[in-house]
Amino acid sequence: MLELEHITAGYVRGEPVVRELSLTVADGEAVGLLGPSGCGKSTLAKVAALLHRPFAGTVRLAGEPVRGFRYRAPRAQRTRIGVVFQQPRLAADPRLALRDLIAEPARATGRGQELAERAAALATEVGLGPELLGRRPHEVSDGQLQRACLARALLLRPSLLICDEMTAMLDASTTAALVAVVEDYRRENGAALLAVGHDRVLLRRWCDRVLDFPAVPATA
Amino acid sequence: MTASAAEQPWHAPGTTRRGTRTARVVVSAVLVSAAALAVLLVPPLFPLDQQAVDLTAKLSAPGADHLFGTDEVGRDVLLRSVYGLRVSLLVGLVAALVASGIGLAVGCAAGALGGRTDRVVMRLVDTFTAVPHLLMGIFIVAMFRPGVWPVVASVGLTHWVSTARIVRAEVLSLRARPFVDAAISGGASRLRVAARHLVPAVLPQAGLAAVLMVPHAIWHESALSFLGLGIPAHEASLGTMINGARGSLVTGEWWPTLFPGLFIVIPTLAIAGLAGAWRERINPRRRSELVL
Repeated sequence: MLELEHITAGYVRGEPVVRELSLTVADGEAVGLLGPSGCGKSTLAKVAALLHRPFAGTVRLAGEPVRGFRYRAPRAQRTRIGVVFQQPRLAADPRLALRDLIAEPARATGRGQELAERAAALATEVGLGPELLGRRPHEVSDGQLQRACLARALLLRPSLLICDEMTAMLDASTTAALVAVVEDYRRENGAALLAVGHDRVLLRRWCDRVLDFPAVPATA
Repeated sequence: MTASAAEQPWHAPGTTRRGTRTARVVVSAVLVSAAALAVLLVPPLFPLDQQAVDLTAKLSAPGADHLFGTDEVGRDVLLRSVYGLRVSLLVGLVAALVASGIGLAVGCAAGALGGRTDRVVMRLVDTFTAVPHLLMGIFIVAMFRPGVWPVVASVGLTHWVSTARIVRAEVLSLRARPFVDAAISGGASRLRVAARHLVPAVLPQAGLAAVLMVPHAIWHESALSFLGLGIPAHEASLGTMINGARGSLVTGEWWPTLFPGLFIVIPTLAIAGLAGAWRERINPRRRSELVL
């Protein structure tokens, strides 16, 4: 599904955060990426989500090499990957009601009408009642907002879901609920998962295999 | 008295900072409303000729016949000041809209596209900033026959730079946020991200810049008219009135210059006061920076 080969990535040239790292996620496989804060696992997740161009290395999605990142990545490649970010407050446009937040990918791809029912069903599935859908991000809790962000990520039926510390800010019951939604989705759609996090116990329970992220020396 | 109450600073009623701010907003709103009503209602309700010359009453001091006195050819200063304010507010509002529209477009384009486009656009903006804008404004009005629209163009086309910088900085900060990443991941095009997420987010800042531009544009119109480059001399404009009455100021007749001057100063302070309140509302952290 996803192949990362010899990826070197970072934000300042000459000071890479990720060095020469290779990773493969097979179709339907769940891979956990474990590591301390600042080790570069979120940067690698952004490269895998086609949201950050690496300095060097190759990314392949379903066998096809990725030639561009962010807007330059073809829409068909971008929408095969669903991404859930760590901080729902930052990952949600503060002006959009939860209903619009969930439907955003459908509208962006011109499928708003077609996917309207699926958006409503997903909202129910992640545990958002109709009374919450008209609210804006500042009017709901972190957990409720993360539920909406997960529904948004699943709307276009991605074949790879990237969860970048999705549950880091959530309580145990919300974590369990969201993990269950992801598991159901994977079972029904055969989707692959790349889960990034600190929680070894959760990742071991959730993923087929867990990789310890290589530590980066403090002085590059 | 409890210890915590003793630590609170004491304010006489109506003298707290909040009270001062509210008073400023109320006074500003009343003054702006009065100016707007005057320029909208006086011309249709009182069909008086603001250009009517009465040489027998030239330079009459303020009195019952002429509340603000008359000018050097006997025209009513109050009536001409209202007509002049109408021109000033028209120029101020339209020029602010033009400048803010250009600034919003340039700032969004530079910030949203980034990279080489941003560098090229911002170097052009730097070049534009290096030329004094009054000089550039004079150059623009000099290309056309005197009138309101060349003045609007002169102010609007030379005052978009600050809005462009504000909008660009805001867009640069927004485009690195995860909600933009989420939109890109969901298949949104660059245009959609700009239109749905970036522009709506910067509109309050751009709107505030536009309101703050209004008083500045009024001053520019008055300056150009004072220099004889703005509104034609026979038409009432606050700048042309002050320019025409300069001589009488030397001989002790103060009213033909003072009242048009007050018509410039008071509405601009009132508009700036309302803009300050708006800024306070959309960005409370900057309250301490407020001057007006």
